[in-house]
Amino acid sequence: MEKNLEQINTAALKELDAADKTKKVKELSIKYLGRKGELTLFLRNISQLPPEERPKAGQRANQIKKELEVRFDNKIKQLKRGALAVKDEIDVSLPGRTQEPGTLHPITRITREICDIFISMGFDIVEGPEVETDYYNFEALNFQKDHPARDMQDTFYVSDNIVLRTHTSPTQPRVMEKQDPPVRIIAPGKVYRCDSDLTHTPMFHQVEGLLVDKNVSFGDLKGTLTTFIHRMFGSKTMLRFRPSYFPFTEPSAEVDISCVMCHGKGCRICSKTGWLEILGSGMVHPAVLENVNYDTSRYTGFAFGMGVDRIAMLKYGIDDIRKYFENDFRFLSQF
Amino acid sequence: MKVSLSWLQDYVAIEMEVNKLADALTMAGLEVEAVIQRFEYLKDVLVGRIIEIKPHPGADRLKLCQVDIGSRILPVVCGALNIKVGMKAPLAMIGAQLPDNKPLKKGIIRGEISEGMLCSAGELGIGLDLSGVHELDSTNEIGLNLCRALDLDDTVFEIGLTPNRPDCLSIIGIAREIASLQNVPLKLPQYEIPAEKGDINTLSSVKIQDINHCPRYSARLLEDIIIEPSPFWLADRLISVGLRPINNIVDITNFVMMETGQPLHAFDFDLLAENKIIVRTASQGEKFKTLDNKEYLLTEEMLLICDGKQPVAIGGVMGGLNSEINQNTRRVFLESAYFNPASIRRTSKKLGLSTDAAYRFERGIDPFKTVAALNRAAVLMAKISKGKLIAGFIDEYPNPPSIQPINLSVSQTNRVLGTKLAAGQIEQMLKSIEFKVDSKDHDTFIISPPTFRVDVLRPEDLMEEVARLSGYNQIPTTFPHIPAEARTQGGLLALRNKLKDLLTGLGFNEAINYTFIHAASCDRLNLKSDDPRRNLVKIVNPLTEDQAVLRTSLIPGLLENIRNNIAQQTPDLKLFEAGKIFIAKGTDELPVETEILAGLWTGNRIKNTWYSKPVPSDFFDIKGAVEGLLSGIKMRDLTFTAMQDSQCTYTRFGHTAKIFDHGQELGLVGEIQPSVLKQYDINQSVFIFEIDLDILLKRIPLEINARPLPKYPSVSRDITLIVDQDIEVEKILTGLMDLKEDLVESLHLFDIFEGDSIPENKKSVSFRVTYRSSMTTLKDETINQLHQELSDKLITKFNALLPG
Repeated sequence: MEKNLEQINTAALKELDAADKTKKVKELSIKYLGRKGELTLFLRNISQLPPEERPKAGQRANQIKKELEVRFDNKIKQLKRGALAVKDEIDVSLPGRTQEPGTLHPITRITREICDIFISMGFDIVEGPEVETDYYNFEALNFQKDHPARDMQDTFYVSDNIVLRTHTSPTQPRVMEKQDPPVRIIAPGKVYRCDSDLTHTPMFHQVEGLLVDKNVSFGDLKGTLTTFIHRMFGSKTMLRFRPSYFPFTEPSAEVDISCVMCHGKGCRICSKTGWLEILGSGMVHPAVLENVNYDTSRYTGFAFGMGVDRIAMLKYGIDDIRKYFENDFRFLSQF
Repeated sequence: MKVSLSWLQDYVAIEMEVNKLADALTMAGLEVEAVIQRFEYLKDVLVGRIIEIKPHPGADRLKLCQVDIGSRILPVVCGALNIKVGMKAPLAMIGAQLPDNKPLKKGIIRGEISEGMLCSAGELGIGLDLSGVHELDSTNEIGLNLCRALDLDDTVFEIGLTPNRPDCLSIIGIAREIASLQNVPLKLPQYEIPAEKGDINTLSSVKIQDINHCPRYSARLLEDIIIEPSPFWLADRLISVGLRPINNIVDITNFVMMETGQPLHAFDFDLLAENKIIVRTASQGEKFKTLDNKEYLLTEEMLLICDGKQPVAIGGVMGGLNSEINQNTRRVFLESAYFNPASIRRTSKKLGLSTDAAYRFERGIDPFKTVAALNRAAVLMAKISKGKLIAGFIDEYPNPPSIQPINLSVSQTNRVLGTKLAAGQIEQMLKSIEFKVDSKDHDTFIISPPTFRVDVLRPEDLMEEVARLSGYNQIPTTFPHIPAEARTQGGLLALRNKLKDLLTGLGFNEAINYTFIHAASCDRLNLKSDDPRRNLVKIVNPLTEDQAVLRTSLIPGLLENIRNNIAQQTPDLKLFEAGKIFIAKGTDELPVETEILAGLWTGNRIKNTWYSKPVPSDFFDIKGAVEGLLSGIKMRDLTFTAMQDSQCTYTRFGHTAKIFDHGQELGLVGEIQPSVLKQYDINQSVFIFEIDLDILLKRIPLEINARPLPKYPSVSRDITLIVDQDIEVEKILTGLMDLKEDLVESLHLFDIFEGDSIPENKKSVSFRVTYRSSMTTLKDETINQLHQELSDKLITKFNALLPG
């Protein structure tokens, strides 16, 4: 009989150990401790034992009952804790409650990049009006009236004497009128030409540069622009300077760089030449310096200008110039 | 300008390989924009041999040929009379593109298949003969490309000339540059004036009435000429540079213009009334019909070439219909003049009439070469049109300019270029392009540019020639001396950069719109009639009506961006733009340019996500963005005041606030008026802000002064008031601060409630007031008393009730 009691206990502990759900534990609790449970029945039938065994068996049965009750309880708690632990995990793959940052326009990004390079070289940034007088846009820059050089830039007119500036170059005389040499300025801004097709928008962006001081040479222009190009496009970029014509510089130079796409092998972007026209430049024409009353026997200078929109196209691989001003989110959000 | 190498070779031996030559010209400032194989169009024309000729069953005049091209035998229908079996002839294959023809297609001619075309020299553009198939020498290999069989090899350079080089608007001009590049001699055309009779001066006369417009007029006369098509060599030269042959006389004027750069004009001498020429300016409103049969209305400044009665040409631009060379012309009056470049340009611009002659005159031709070109053309005409030259020539040149020599300092040249060239090198370079070089002293040359170099006027122009000829890429690279001064980007630039960075951080994307907009934008924005933004800067020559005026607001551009993005399925947008607006002043006065920062928020603030249903954006999103933005530049004491309904135009009444910084208006924040949205086809709410950056710039704090952190703890007390519904919360907040209680550190609004438990037309407003002393830890009773006083004051001031 007593042996039977120990067997019940062992069996109960074994089953409890194997139980993995609270439901199972509750079933076990009924099986052993319930009204018709094995241990309950044992206690109920204790009278059938010989009288001398009864107290000991009763004692032992009650002890087992208590122990089992605690064990069942603990097991339930343990299982519940376990279940809780599972529920406490989160799906970390769910997207976060993000605050998507906005973007700067590609033109702004490139303008800043250009300006930052020249600031680091000791230039100041200035800006000028977008609507200009004929004087600053043309005459002060040695574009004479009725000269074909004016055909180089298709002009939007507001009146006979007022134009939308066709280049950022009017900042040159404007700055020099107010300031004695040395002058070292960079002037970014919007410019306008009466021209619209696959490769031209009537508004675009330029960055102008001007340096006037004693003993400034064409070699200095080459050095300054070479440094700039190497910073902007990488130090392996090749440059070539070739003669050109701008009324406000003499000598004038067009600056080509080795194609950023094919590295000079020839491709669609560079029209198979291996070169990309990137900058116009030259030594400031003495007539321009005379117009602002600079002493041309003491001072020389160089000036240059570049198209930001085109540089941004090359840097970012943008294939359609009209995308710049459509402000399509799918375009803007890439930068 | 187009130049063919075969023509150039008449004046200079070309030693360089074609691509090298193109590069060398580009690097000398004559940019070769394209290298064209002139006979590329003949690539699909092969040598064929006619092996069978049968009559065409459906047409008497046509024959059916079998033509052997080596790889195949092709059926070809041909109507030429000179074909015979065994003859070798050019066969244009299917797909060939001959001059003045569409690409050749496989055809069925009167029921018979034809897979090619046997061609005449004229059809191929290699001769004038159109009468029959061009017979090829029997030694030619069957199937060989025609260009190889006939050795047709010519390259055409398309050269983009800058306006300063009119001397290169001629074959000789380009040849001169090539001669200098290769260091070989230039061969100018040699000709002798044949025996002449008569005297031009007894037959004709020229009178220049306006020597400013026409400084020089030279002329010659020919008689007994016969008008006919030009010989092939002459026509071919013109075709090679893209000109169309017309007749022998006109072709010679064009030939000599292309050769020398001097435009010429030939008149039918018998159509010139009184056989004389008078050069004068037009009278206002005078009409004239040019040889292209178009009538032009002239103005006073335009130059006319007239005969004894009437105008016969617009000087330097185009000849007249009334005196042009025609089939019956027997006597030719040949004009070779120098016209004032600016005058020609004004006339050509004003009439919208651009010709090869005007293009050259307005850039400036060599005023000293009119007679040379005249003689060259006259001699060619005498030879080709079988005419006779009348002896002598007219040359009206009242005031020949004197050539101004230029002093060039060797040391200054080296200083400006950054070179170390020897005087001898400079001398040699300039001489190679026909500049006259004399030494003044050991450092100075006296240079006389050749008369065709009208662009060279100053020492700097000579320096450019020196740089160009020594090669820009040979000039050493150096660096300017720049002092190590600290540079800062100040002012508007720095502010703009900062604001742009803050806005991108707040989730806004930067837009850039065209600064020109449609003139109707003011109406679309519902601007009042006296709004300064109605003072539009109008563009005289806009590309489209949509871009006819300069913007006076950034809003129209941004609204269009919304519409376009919605069309691309992007309805949730946060955009900003920083740019100028332009308010017109008087005519001939520059407008006022003001920089504005504008932003917009439309669509959902939160999209449909796993953690939230979509949440639409509202006024407080854009207002919050503005507060955050300005807080980012340390402007924190802003007030937002409801804009009066009467002031609202494009923003919604009752949903618009002006932004103030201590009484200074900075801009506005609000919702776009639905009627305005309708104008832009937008069907969702749009919230915007606009800030005047020029004003903002003057108000941003320049310095930051850190405050010490408080030593003593703060205590908070809440207060809830029931006030009239229309009292602005900001008024209560400022009212509270105005009480100037030293111990009140901050105020925080945490609840607003209207509804059941609150009386009608009232709202419940709850604040947390934080008290702190910098001297001591505040005691409860002090706070309680202060808080009570504060509550009482507010109750009185706003006629408020306490809840419950």
